Parts: sequence; structure tokens; C-alpha cells
Amino acid sequence: MAMAKAKKKERMTRVMRRDEEKGKDGEPEVIIGLEVHVQLTNLKTKLFCSCSTDYRGAEPNTHVCPICMGEPGTLPVVNEGAIEDAIMVALALGSSISRRTLFSRKNYFYPDMPKNFQISQYDKAGGVPFATGGSVSIGGGKKVRIRRIQIEEDPGRLVYEGTIDSSPYILVDYNRAGLPLIEIVTEPDMESPKEARMFLQNLRSILEHLGVFDESLQGAMRCDANISIKGGKRVEIKNISSFKDVERALSFEITRQKGLLSRGLRVGMETRHWDDLRRITVSLRVKEEEQDYRYFPEPDLVPITISEGLIAKVKACMPILPSERKRLFIDKYGIPPQTAEVLVGSKALADFFEECIKLKADPLPLANWLTGDLKALLNEMEIEIWESKVTPAHMAELVSLVKDGILSGKMAKEVLKEVVATGRMPRKIVEEKGLRAIASMESLKEIVERVFSENPEAVKDALRQEKAVHFLIGQVMKATKGSADPLMANEAVRRRLQEIASSVSA
Amino acid sequence: MPKERKLSRREFPDSKKEGDSRIGKEEVKHLAWLARMKLSNKEIDAFSQQLSQILQYFRKIDEVDTEGIEPTYHVLDLTNVFRKDEPRTFPAEEVLRNVPEKKGRYVKAPRMG
Amino acid sequence: MDSFHSYYPLPSRLSVSDLCDAIRRGSIKAEDYMASTLDRIRRVEEKVHAFITIVEESTLLERAREIDRRVRDGKGFLGALAGIPIAVKDLICTKGLRTTCGSRILEGYIPTYNATVIERLEEQGAIILGKTNMDEFAMGSSTEFSYFGPTRNPWDLSRVPGGSSGGSAAAVAALEAPMALGSDTGGSIRCPASFCSVVGLKPTYGLVSRFGLIAYANSLEQIGPMTRTVEDCALLFSHMVGRDPLDSTSVEPPKTVFFSKKDDAMDLVGLKVGIPKEFFGEGIQESVAKTVRKALEKLESLGAQCEETTIPSIQYALPAYYIIAMSEASSNLARYDGLRYGLRVPDRGYGWNTIFAENRRLGFGPEVKRRIILGTYALSAGYFDKYYLKAQKIRTILRMEFQRAFKRFDVLAGPSMPILPFKIGEKVGNPLEMYMCDVDTVPANLTGLPALSLPCGFRNGLPVGIQFMAQAFQEGLIFRVAYALEKSLDLREEPRL
Ligand SMILES: [Mg+2]
Ligand SMILES: [Zn+2]
Repeated sequence: MAMAKAKKKERMTRVMRRDEEKGKDGEPEVIIGLEVHVQLTNLKTKLFCSCSTDYRGAEPNTHVCPICMGEPGTLPVVNEGAIEDAIMVALALGSSISRRTLFSRKNYFYPDMPKNFQISQYDKAGGVPFATGGSVSIGGGKKVRIRRIQIEEDPGRLVYEGTIDSSPYILVDYNRAGLPLIEIVTEPDMESPKEARMFLQNLRSILEHLGVFDESLQGAMRCDANISIKGGKRVEIKNISSFKDVERALSFEITRQKGLLSRGLRVGMETRHWDDLRRITVSLRVKEEEQDYRYFPEPDLVPITISEGLIAKVKACMPILPSERKRLFIDKYGIPPQTAEVLVGSKALADFFEECIKLKADPLPLANWLTGDLKALLNEMEIEIWESKVTPAHMAELVSLVKDGILSGKMAKEVLKEVVATGRMPRKIVEEKGLRAIASMESLKEIVERVFSENPEAVKDALRQEKAVHFLIGQVMKATKGSADPLMANEAVRRRLQEIASSVSA
Repeated sequence: MPKERKLSRREFPDSKKEGDSRIGKEEVKHLAWLARMKLSNKEIDAFSQQLSQILQYFRKIDEVDTEGIEPTYHVLDLTNVFRKDEPRTFPAEEVLRNVPEKKGRYVKAPRMG
Repeated sequence: MDSFHSYYPLPSRLSVSDLCDAIRRGSIKAEDYMASTLDRIRRVEEKVHAFITIVEESTLLERAREIDRRVRDGKGFLGALAGIPIAVKDLICTKGLRTTCGSRILEGYIPTYNATVIERLEEQGAIILGKTNMDEFAMGSSTEFSYFGPTRNPWDLSRVPGGSSGGSAAAVAALEAPMALGSDTGGSIRCPASFCSVVGLKPTYGLVSRFGLIAYANSLEQIGPMTRTVEDCALLFSHMVGRDPLDSTSVEPPKTVFFSKKDDAMDLVGLKVGIPKEFFGEGIQESVAKTVRKALEKLESLGAQCEETTIPSIQYALPAYYIIAMSEASSNLARYDGLRYGLRVPDRGYGWNTIFAENRRLGFGPEVKRRIILGTYALSAGYFDKYYLKAQKIRTILRMEFQRAFKRFDVLAGPSMPILPFKIGEKVGNPLEMYMCDVDTVPANLTGLPALSLPCGFRNGLPVGIQFMAQAFQEGLIFRVAYALEKSLDLREEPRL
């Protein structure tokens, strides 16, 4: 299963790599823009009513009231927390905040929208988005520009019997309807699914650092993607509900669209739906049915003015951001920039790192373990660090076992796998399995002695040629079942050879 | 005064020249679709004629020079009216009682499309 | 108490203020008054058809008895409106009591909450009598566009009561209720008040919470009182106002909105009254103009100085109003899709787009459909600037012109309606002609200013109303002027039913 997944991933990576190539004229082959919807999970109530936002795991339609069910006569009142959150987000992304902002109505019919309009923000038709401009860097010196940031309400959740296009009816749960969202719209600056994922990952980390967003909550970050590939029109993919699916959905689309183009068919403007069960996109509507949202300023809400004073106040209480944290990791712990970048790419991972440090773990090897082997293992399992059984105590212990020479690097990798799988402490695993690095030269000497006596020909050769030396080292390592430190084995073999050489000449 | 009319919507078979505010039958149908209202042919005929007449009258506002005038979206000079982020529960059962079609606690909607 | 004796034994003729006193003193039992009100309804409602829903008799009597118990025991809070029945326009949500908005689309809907005004009035002991008829979603000026059939004008049953709060006006005029609530988006209180010879106030925007008022055009409308006298109007109003945390566009009332007859001298010496000539412009019936001018002369005899003035943009108010109202309405009414409440046609395997369209075809009447389509048009891409935005800019110009006028005048006056109540069916086929009826009332909605319609006479047995407008939050001044004129005119007619 894991193997199949790994294979698939590899295949996708190859597809991606091809996509990253630029066309002959220097124009990108693929252009991607994202509209990210982020639930402000630090808020206790919905955007316009006092219903609790703690809806996950609740029975359907239990977190509803006349306001978020769109009952006649009800009116929205803005949750002040959403404004503070939005200011923080805008500041963190370097966006310029509108001094006076308005809510607008976006009119369209959909069963998940209790009023058949969404209270959102807009930059035309009298509306003003919360903030404009700013960027998120995605590594390699590249930045994705932000077009606008706006506050809006989440629609309800639709449940299909089977798939969206075959379900005989739709079930609607309005618990989510009215949840406070921030919509972040990018410029079409990404050129591959991987860049889109990097953008989302870094954005997510920023939002987590701000404390407005909790990545552990299912579906708290969703996005729509616009993708155009050379020779085709822009296609919008809706309903991408996890950030892993962004890469999948975009890769699927690229393959699909390229397939069409290579068969001489055209890629027209359309809106497609990401079906995360079947992992395909299905057509929702083509351009002819393009929506006319009839935006206009929401008459039931008064304008919001944001003073310099308020911005300064929020700025003063801003938590540390990934970029500052990265600097700190480099300066304070001597972590190489690239590793530090990976660490702060997830707040959970960066926090985890610091927790381990508190347990006296050696920063540099720790960072390498976290961003290397552990990350790879978690990726393979497709889980996040908080979903795994690994704790800072595990990692701190593992790092110190290696440092103390009790575990070799190779053994530690095996132990880590066991930790991830079972959640048991490394020392326990070492004891139970009788694992112990051949750490002392004494015990290594005995093994070298045995290997030399079993391979007299090789010893002779080794006195003259390097290749045979390596063979002997390999035999020693084999005899220790890999529990010896290769450097030490190397040293022990050479030392013994030297002894033999000097005794022969003497 | 800007003269250009943006043609971001579909051009209708019976669409018209600048300054003419007639609404043809096709446009009535399209607007009714946007508003998710089915109309009978009789209604479409009547509305096309009535709405054209009404719009012609509305165009009286073209006479007013509104250059440099800000719109009044709100007559009151209120800003920053907020609510504290404090949860309150509402008896959801009461809200559900009005739902015409349910499946369990779900609101039942017709299929897609 | 002179009125009490002269009108006895029909206490439904009592003014609200007198009635309050009598119930509190125990000289009239709330139960008796309720019984007499119900008796009156039984006798005239069939002719007038003011109500869509009337609360069950036993419930009403029990509520009245509860008030009487409190009066007798001297225990428990006795509100300022204890035991007074109130008729409520059927677009104000009443918890547990069906609210139809005059439409089929809300079939089966029972509000799960009370509008804020309802909470306030019930706290003061008022008893909701029932829900009154109206044009569907308040879209109309005649109460003919109701799914439940038209209301008739108590003064001439062949004529309309005006609209859209026609049921509330007719109920008060026909003595079926001592007071009522209406809502006014473009004249929907003042039009029927004028046509039915009752007092109706469209408050300054923001004074009365709109929470629970089923929206037609949010930025224009207010709930307002409809009563038989100015004093009653001021009394009811004083218990409706107040900032509501559930309505972001509501404000705390300043003292200037209140009125008490004791503090006010009867004369209006020094009062400057502006008469915008546009109110007497094209389309006004001569009989209406004459009656209003006579009332203005009366005002002068009380010491007021009347002077003609001009507010030129009033001529653009009507189209600007309709564009804004229809646009907002097209969005407000999108929620009626049959999923969460109201009419729902069977699916029969169709998709939701088809079902929504079918629901709305069956649920909405022709005037609502017309306005939704026009509103959709005015907001759609390419037309927004030309219609909605332009109309909102005209609103700004109108506000500036009114502000200028109020530098010279304390109040502005003119006819409430340009015409006398017309025959049922007369204008139904011509929407534009119907819209023209609102020409004098819509400026107050566009500007958010307070405006009151006061009965000022009859022509051919049909009522005529005079409208007073003042600066924002000057309801107190309007009441004072209207009160003085009311006393001086002394119209004591009542419809023969
Ligand atoms: Mg959005
Ligand atoms: Zn709610």
C-alpha cells in the first residue's frame, strides 16, 4: 500500500518536474492562481451571529440559529474578532489595509448558502476589500503576490450520496454556514503544483504563527485554483478541501488538459469540481453559464474604519512570524538556512523543534532528524506531526542515544521507524531488541580479528590494494549487523592492517 | 460622462442600441434565470413590455449630473458596529421545525443541476 | 376622559392614552376591552379584511386577564401599554405566530424568534391581536398584491386602503385595533394612513430596530406606529425606539424624538414651514391640493409661517427610489428557495435549479416577480453604474437639498398622497401608474428623514392626509406640529361599517 503510494508520488513528481520547465519563448507552461479560504479558528462565534464555531463532530444542524439559517427578518452583526484577525493577517503578508472597508453581497444560488447570497468583500461595485497587495515567499527567492484579502462567511456543508454528479439528492448541514473566513486571493504567480503547495504550506505556517488558524482542524483551509496551461483557457477548480489535494487536483488537471491539447481538442473556460474521493475533477459549468454575482454593498452592515492607532496596537502584539523564527534558528542554534526554512514551514514542526531543545537535544542533529528522516516517514504515511505518535521526548532521547554512541545512525533510523509506528520510547526499543552500537574499539577488535582469520587472501590483497580494504570493512560491518559505526570499523580495519604490515616488515 | 457600455454580459438576439432601455423576451428569460424564477410565456410577454416602459421611466435619472458625487449607501454616519465574540446557543430544533424536507437532522435539497 | 363618556359603550373608540389610564386604574378591564375589540372585529372584519391572522380568542382573553390580575393584585410589572391590543403588519416576525409577508412563498413558516419591536412592546404589556394584510413583501401601494386577497378601505369598501401597510391602517380606521405597526419603505405607512385617515409615522432611519422586519429594501425602511391620534402615535413610538445590538444600523434615540402634550403649547408661533412646490407638482389631484392647502392655512392661523420653497431633485426621487428598492429586494428575496422554510414543491427527480425556479414561480405574485427582475437587471454587470450607483448618488444630492431646506425651515409640509384612494383594480394592470402614487413619500426614505401623515380632511367622503417632514431625530417637533393641527382641525368622523 505504502509502496504503491510512494510509486504514485514518484510518478507525480516526474509530471511536476516536466511542468516546471519553461516553454521555448520563456513563457511559463502553467500558470496557477489560488483563492484560499481560511477559517479563523481562534474565534468562538460565527462571523455574523453568536452560534458556536465548534461544530466539528457535532450532529448536523445543531449549531444554527435564525440568523445563520437565513430566516426572514434576521440581520448580521460583525464579530469584532474577525477584524482583529484580518488586520494581523494583512500585516503578516505585508498587505496594505483599507482605511475604510465595506461588506458586499455576492449573489448566487446554491443550497449551501442560507440567504442565496454570501456576505463578502469585493473591490468593485462600491465594495472595498479588507486589504490589497503583499506576498508570501515560496523558497528559492520566489514570491507569490497577494491580490487581495477579504473577510467573508463560510457556506454550509453539502453531503452527497455517492458522488456530486450522481447523488439523487443533497443533504445540507448548516453548522458551518456563517463561520468566519478570510479569503486570500493570489496573483497567478505559481508555475507548478509544487509551487502551489509550497505557497499554501508557507501561508499556513504564517497563519498558525499568528494564532488565527489551527492546522489540525479538518477542512479549515480550502481553496479554489485557477489554472491555465499554454494553448488553453483558464479553468477554475473548486472544492479543494485539503492542502495535499491541491497538488493532486492541479496535477490531474494538467494531465487532463495536456491530454486534450495533444489530441487537438481545445481547453475552454470552465469551472470544475474536485472530487476528493475519486481524485478527479468533474465539470460544473462552462463559460456560457458564467455567473453574474451582482455585487453591491451590504445595506445591513455599516462601514468599518481602521485607524492607524488600531493597526499599531495590533502590530505591537503580533506574535513571532516564520521569517523571524527562521532567523532565530539560524543565529541561535546554528541551523543551516535551508533546514531552518523547512522547520518554520510548519508551526507544529518549529514548535516541536523548540520543545526538543528544551529537553536538551543537540540542535543541529535534531534539526536534521526532524527535517530529514522524520519528515520523510510522516510524508510516506501522509500524516502531520501532530497526528503521529512521536513526541519531543522521543526525538530528544533518540538524538542523545546517537550522540552517546549507543546507536549508530543506521540503527537510529530503524528505531525511529519503530517509534513512529508504536510510540514507544527509543531507549525501550533499544533494550528490548538488544540493539547496541558496537561502540567500543575493544569489541570491534575481536570482530576484526575473526574477519581477518576467515579471509586470509583478502588480508593479503588489502596490504597492497585499497579495494580489498573496503571489502574487509564491509565484512566487519556485516558481522556487526550494521551496529558498528562505519568510521570506527574503517579505523579498526586499517589499524589492524598496519599492525600486520609493520610485523611483516619487522 | 463615460459613453461606453460594458458588454460583460451575453449579447441578446434582441439586444438594443445605447440609450434604449427596452428589455426583450430573451433578456427577461435570462434575468428570470439569474433570479431562479420560472416564468410562463404570458408573463414573459407582459413583463417584456411593462419592464421596458418602467426602465424608460427610470432613465429619467440620466438627466442628473452626478459627477463627483459620492453615493449614499447608508444615511446614518455609523461605522464600526461590532459584536463581542461570545457564543450563545439557540434551540436548533425550533429552526429545524420549519424545514419542509429533512433526512435525519439534515436539510434535504434536490440533486445537483 | 370626555372621550370615554361620549363614545361609551364602545371602548374601542378610546384613544390609547386614555385606555392605558383606564386599564391601570381598573376602571376598564383589559379583558372587557379585548372582548369588545374582538366583537368589533367579528362585525366588520368580513367587510374590511384587515387581517391575515388573528390570534385565538381564548389566548387573547387570557393575556388580558393576566393584566387585570396584575392590576387587581398590584403585583408584577405593569407596562406602559398594559392590556392594549396591537395589530402587527404581517412582515414583522412573531415567535410561534405565522408570518406570511402576504406571500404564498412563506407557506408553513412559523418564526422562531420575535422581532425586537415585538419584544419591546410585549414587555410594556401590549397584546398582539393578529397579523395584518399587506402587499406581498410590502411591494405595492394598495394592498391588492396580497396572496390573501385585498383589504378594503373602511371609508369606501370599493376602494383600496393604500399600501403596503393597508391592513394595519384599515384595522385602526375600522376600530378593529387601537394601534398598529406598519413598515415604510417608500411610503407604506403614510400612504395607507392618508387613505384611511389615521396617523402614521415613518421614523428617522435607525431609530427603530429592523431586526425581525422581513426585508424589502434594507437601506430605506423602518417599522413605524399607526394610530388614531398623534398622541397615541407618539406614545407607541416612544416604546419602539432604541438601539438594538441585533441591528447594526440602529441608534440610541436622542430626547428630541419624544413628545408629551403637557410640555407643549398649542400655538405654533414662529414655526417656519416650508412647502416644497414639487409636492404640488404634476399628477396631484386638485381636490387633494385644496384640502392640504386648507390645512396649511389652519397651521398659519396657529402662528406658523408657511412659505413655498423648492427641492428640485424630488423629481428624481421616485425612479432613484425604485431602482434602489428593487435592487435590494432582488437580493433579499433570493433566500426563498424552499429548503429551510416555506413553500416547497416536490422534487420529482429535478435538480435544485429547476426546483428553486418552480418554487419561486408558484410562491411569488406578479408584482414581486417584476421587482425581482428589475432589481436583478439594475445590479447586473454592465448596468450597476448606470442604475444602482447613479440612484445612490442622486440620494446624496437629495440629502444635500433637504439639508439646505432645513436651514430655513423647521418642518416641510405637503400632501402625503397626490391622489384620493382609488378603486380596487383600477391600477393593478399598470405598474408604473401605481408606482407614481409614491411620489411624495419616497424622499423621506431616500434621505432617512422622519415623516408623518396626519388626517387633514375629506373630499367626497374620502380621506386626505398631510405630510410633515423634519430633520433627522426631530420626531418630537413633528408630533408637536401635528398635534396642534389635529386639535385645531378636530376631525371626528368615523367610517360607517
Ligand atoms: Mg470567496
Ligand atoms: Zn447562527
